[in-house]
Amino acid sequence: MRHTISVLVENKSGVLARIATLFAARGYNIDSLSVGETDDPSISRMTIVVRGDEKILEQVEKQLNKLIDIIKLNDFLNVEHVERDLVLLKVKADKSTRNEILQIVDIFRAKIVDVSTNVLIIEMTGDEEKIQALLNMLKPFGIKEMARTGIIAMARGG
Amino acid sequence: MIKTGAEIFIECLLKENVKVLFGIPGGQVLPIFDKIFDARDKIKFVLTRHEQGAGHMADGYARSTGDVGVCIATSGPGAANLTTALATANMDSIPVVAFTGQVVTTLIGNDAFQEADTTGITRPVTKHNFLVKDVKDLARTIREAFYIAKTGRPGPVLVDIPADIQRATTEFVWPEKVDIRSYKPVYSGHIGQIKKVADMINSAKQPLLYVGGGIVSSDASTELLKLAEKIHTPVTTTLMAIGCFPPDHPLNLYMPGMHGNYAANHAFQNCDLIIAIGARFDDRVTGKLSAFAPKAKIIHIDIDPTSISKNVMVDIPIVGDAKNVITELLKYVNKKNNKDWLKKISEWQKANPFSYKKDNKLRPQYIIDKISEITKGEAIVVTEVGQNQMWSAQFYKPKYPRHFLSSGGLGTMGYGFPAAIGAKIANPKKTVIDIAGDGSIQMNIQELATAVLNNINVKIVILNNNCLGMVRQWQEMFYKKRYSAVCLAKPNGCLASELSFKRSPLMIPDFVKLAEAYGAVGIRVTKKEDVENTLIKALKIEKTVVMDFLVEEEENVFPMVPAGAALDEIITSLA
Ligand SMILES: Cc1ncc(C[n+]2csc(CCOP(=O)(O)OP(=O)(O)O)c2C)c(N)n1
Repeated sequence: MRHTISVLVENKSGVLARIATLFAARGYNIDSLSVGETDDPSISRMTIVVRGDEKILEQVEKQLNKLIDIIKLNDFLNVEHVERDLVLLKVKADKSTRNEILQIVDIFRAKIVDVSTNVLIIEMTGDEEKIQALLNMLKPFGIKEMARTGIIAMARGG
Repeated sequence: MIKTGAEIFIECLLKENVKVLFGIPGGQVLPIFDKIFDARDKIKFVLTRHEQGAGHMADGYARSTGDVGVCIATSGPGAANLTTALATANMDSIPVVAFTGQVVTTLIGNDAFQEADTTGITRPVTKHNFLVKDVKDLARTIREAFYIAKTGRPGPVLVDIPADIQRATTEFVWPEKVDIRSYKPVYSGHIGQIKKVADMINSAKQPLLYVGGGIVSSDASTELLKLAEKIHTPVTTTLMAIGCFPPDHPLNLYMPGMHGNYAANHAFQNCDLIIAIGARFDDRVTGKLSAFAPKAKIIHIDIDPTSISKNVMVDIPIVGDAKNVITELLKYVNKKNNKDWLKKISEWQKANPFSYKKDNKLRPQYIIDKISEITKGEAIVVTEVGQNQMWSAQFYKPKYPRHFLSSGGLGTMGYGFPAAIGAKIANPKKTVIDIAGDGSIQMNIQELATAVLNNINVKIVILNNNCLGMVRQWQEMFYKKRYSAVCLAKPNGCLASELSFKRSPLMIPDFVKLAEAYGAVGIRVTKKEDVENTLIKALKIEKTVVMDFLVEEEENVFPMVPAGAALDEIITSLA
């Protein structure tokens, strides 16, 4: 099962290492991890996407909760929430393909953020599915590089 | 007042009421040691011979008192040498605060001389650790370190202090209160859950109390006794809980598990309700998990939510402090009489009590039996690891909690002797005995110097079987007596399988001479009839005494549940 876990942590050095160690010690690969300050600069939010055995994951989450620097943990598995990922794609584009690419970019409401003679850099935000769909469409043109922020997430409502 | 980091360190220790500090100096803690010199009338400094020794001494100090034990080492090798002791304390939830020096902040990460990533190395073996990068944070960090070590589920905390921080100056402000927003241990149990638990207990026919170190750390022995008597329920105490229930009480089922009491293990397999308090269903207790306690519902009371439903699924969990929860629970449980169940248990108990052959050979169990008898269970017994540990758990009957100290979770050979020194320093009026194997004792034997110089009156009882006995036992039972690397008188430790295990005339070392070389008293005992007199005599000597008992080499610890077997597949003797 894929879990999106959102963790509020003290914004201090070493916190990331503590969290990563807990996953690593159980042989878990983290699908994505993103970290950023919250509105309170002393607190960071980490969003961790991970797949694995439910029982082990439950134990990992308890262990995470127990770490002194973790303030709050939410698993969004059964919670209505919004997920976003931001991707930058460097795609091959010459005269013959450029128009077609621009159309795709348009349909996906993505953006061109850099143009040069034979490549474009495209920026898009969305959930995992939408990003995967864009990737599928652009693959045939040749993707030279890709960078993603990793999922960030927020529960719906108050 | 403006103070240096080193001065702040001392001020903080005084505020925390630290009376003893164990450790070894080095280049990166010199500023602190300079101030330790100034404070020597207020804080006793014990100079050990190895940092591992210092760590275990702090641990023994903590286990025997409940107070935080404190140790200090230099950067790099000093810190690395502390790790085994930290891991030992961490597995058994013992409050220890360790300080280490670190290279100056500008050199961190540069492979400076004696640099090690101490917080990195110790992160998995501590409850928490800190690297202090600003002298302004020092006092608060030390305050938090002690707070974290002793609250919630206790554990070791390390504070790494770079040398320049020790020299830097700032205004000293002692934070009167600690408030860590991300750390709020829960002490009182959920009242709804407590009532549910009471109902379950009230309707159980064959209940069993299974209690662990949590009873000791929350100081809940009195409450436990009240509960057990009110609900008329037998109590099995894990290795960590030995001493928290009166030794000769009819409800005492002693230690469960791999080398545990036959009756306790059968009680697990036949009970209809397990009331686990401050115990963690360790694999050495449960045996084969899928066959564990097949008929039982399980209640689990623990201060640490990660312990709950980790190994076995629990029917009702209560997160809270043992003493608080038991006190609440006592209000809702009915007075019960489970006499049929107790009759069954006493049959198991009579069929297979802890026992050994009572012939005229010098058997290790007899020595421990005698220690228990002579000290009336009032001595603090510390063990090493191996057969000596299991026999001590079976035959020493301490009257009080904190009188049986043993490395349970990590099983650290070399723990016992330094921990005994720590316990004796904390309890100068009590008799303190380290029960050791001839293998384990050599892992921290250098602390004889520390003991003798500080005039520490501890007794070391070496059950000298000339081998790594517990490993030999496994090889005898599960590896066709192919004795590989267990004989302590052979260069590679191996013995051909057709050779029986007979003591070699070589004595390397000769523990009596070794004791004398250190200025301790050494006594050798080879005959059963000399055991009692020797113990009585040795206990009267106001010095460090090493007793070398040359015991039966191939004695085994029974009963035994083989690894991976169910608790009722318990072997009581070799046919
Ligand atoms: C530091 C460490 N190394 C290795 C072991 C594995 N081990 C467990 S028991 C044991 C033998 C202990 O021998 P001894 O101290 O002579 O005690 P005995 O079993 O003979 O009483 C060994 C090697 C351990 N527990 N700890």
